[in-house]
Amino acid sequence: MTSTDLIVALPEIFLAVMGMALLMVGVFARGNPSRLVNYLAVISFAIAGILAVATFDGSQSAFGGLFRVDSFGLFMKLLVLLGSALTLIVSQDFIEREQMARFEYGVLFVFATLGMMMMISAGDLISLYLGLELQSLCLYVIAAFRRDTARSSEAGLKYFVLGALSSGLFLYGASMVYGFAGTTSFAGLATEFAGEGGPAVGLIVGIVFIAAALAFKVSAVPFHMWTPDVYEGAPTPVTAFFAVAPKIAAIALFTRVLIEPFGDLVAQWQQIIVVTSILSMALGAFAALVQTNIKRLMAYSSIGHVGYALVGLAAGSQDGVRGLIVYMSIYLAMNVGTFACILCMRVNGRAVEGIRDLAGLSKTNPMMALVLAIFMFSMAGIPPLAGFFGKLFVFQAALEAELYTLAVIGVLTSVVAAFYYLRIIKLMYFDDPVEKLDRPIGRDMVVVLGATGLFTTLFFVFPALILDPAAQAARSLFAG
Amino acid sequence: MGVGLEHFLVVAAILFTLGIFGIFLNRKNVIIILMSIELMLLAVNINLVAFATHLNDLVGQVFALFVLTVAAAEAAIGLAILVVYFRNRGSIQVDDVNLMKG
Repeated sequence: MTSTDLIVALPEIFLAVMGMALLMVGVFARGNPSRLVNYLAVISFAIAGILAVATFDGSQSAFGGLFRVDSFGLFMKLLVLLGSALTLIVSQDFIEREQMARFEYGVLFVFATLGMMMMISAGDLISLYLGLELQSLCLYVIAAFRRDTARSSEAGLKYFVLGALSSGLFLYGASMVYGFAGTTSFAGLATEFAGEGGPAVGLIVGIVFIAAALAFKVSAVPFHMWTPDVYEGAPTPVTAFFAVAPKIAAIALFTRVLIEPFGDLVAQWQQIIVVTSILSMALGAFAALVQTNIKRLMAYSSIGHVGYALVGLAAGSQDGVRGLIVYMSIYLAMNVGTFACILCMRVNGRAVEGIRDLAGLSKTNPMMALVLAIFMFSMAGIPPLAGFFGKLFVFQAALEAELYTLAVIGVLTSVVAAFYYLRIIKLMYFDDPVEKLDRPIGRDMVVVLGATGLFTTLFFVFPALILDPAAQAARSLFAG
Repeated sequence: MGVGLEHFLVVAAILFTLGIFGIFLNRKNVIIILMSIELMLLAVNINLVAFATHLNDLVGQVFALFVLTVAAAEAAIGLAILVVYFRNRGSIQVDDVNLMKG
């Protein structure tokens, strides 16, 4: 270990130190330190982001190849930090109202984010596993954070059991890959597969196990069954967090693992990704049609979105990965915004989460109805909103890779999915209000809603802001 | 006939499968699910150590040590969540974990 190693990992080291410092703050501060800890956590995310940009100096690996930094990792880390910070900001009012404002909330966010950054930067199956587990263990606890309600603890329990199962699958796959390739480092695996002749059967088994475990983490069909339950049961701000940061980190990890060490085996994994992608898009579209709980609806919607992102990965090309990165950036903005709206859904101070509760919102709170309508149109993929461009780039990549069936099915399912997004808009604009939602919605919410809403609406004016870094990130991943 | 790599791999594979079946077929008690998870992780450890010895390489043993450590943390968190759940529902029967359809 040298001092350059430490500089490469500076953002992660900073977050780890801040996490421990915040625990101290929580213990020693007077009164309820929840608000203080949460603000400090948001500031730490911002500083970690700045450090990540400031210390970035091309593709580098540290700690004997265990830790990798490149443009792809940098971009994804910034997305994750942004997602964590925004969801933590919108959480504050909710957790105070619902009497769950304990300082551990912010601390767990910091450690979970640290785990995600380590996942994104992993250059070895061992460091990958450690990052994945650091993230998952924090998420299990956050899911059960409202420990006095049965639903939240049930969500935590289900997430724990299925998450641990997927970790087991991942480890079994990693052990097979290690045994048949003789190394766990991504660089070593890549050289192993670059040689002539097909890979051993044991290796294929290992790759299938690893792919299944990662599909679990991104909640792609057929490993999605935990998602609706956990999203519905967990407290709403936690659901917002789950839908954004861990999903982006897991997609980044999935991409890195398939492209870097297993990049020469495209033929072997492409079929798997195509099938999961089609199934995710279809299930996300059809299962969401019958939902009445908006958090559950968002769970199916996120399964569908993962399907679209995987279209880009299935292409296995630089353009495909660029499309995936753009898709995840736009997904971040749309989802944070939508969840901020869901967090604002209160009737007489009580949080509600039925889709019917949105009826007549255009009359009771026209601004919020307008912003939510923008997000819904964007998720449905209506031009010129951001969501349209996200879909455009992944489908373009799929067509270039000659995956015509995949692209056609993707477009068809997005038409089906448009139905339930439009249904929400119809409820807001054409139905009569049942119960009036509370106002005002809070200053933090207005800022977050405004920022994400503007990004979603105006993306088409300056797409280069996202497209250029995304293209650079995709290039760095394929440079080896 | 000596004990070779295959024997270890077969034992690990059987234990791993038992763990998976323990999670999906068990309809009684959540504790059994936690035990099944441990069984899966230990099967992986057998795999790793067997491969490490076979390849004459230390990485596998290091990996196994990390897995052991994380498994301990995982079990602690799992039991903690289970205690919280039991306080709310008064039962840890698998069939009772059904507030949400899934």
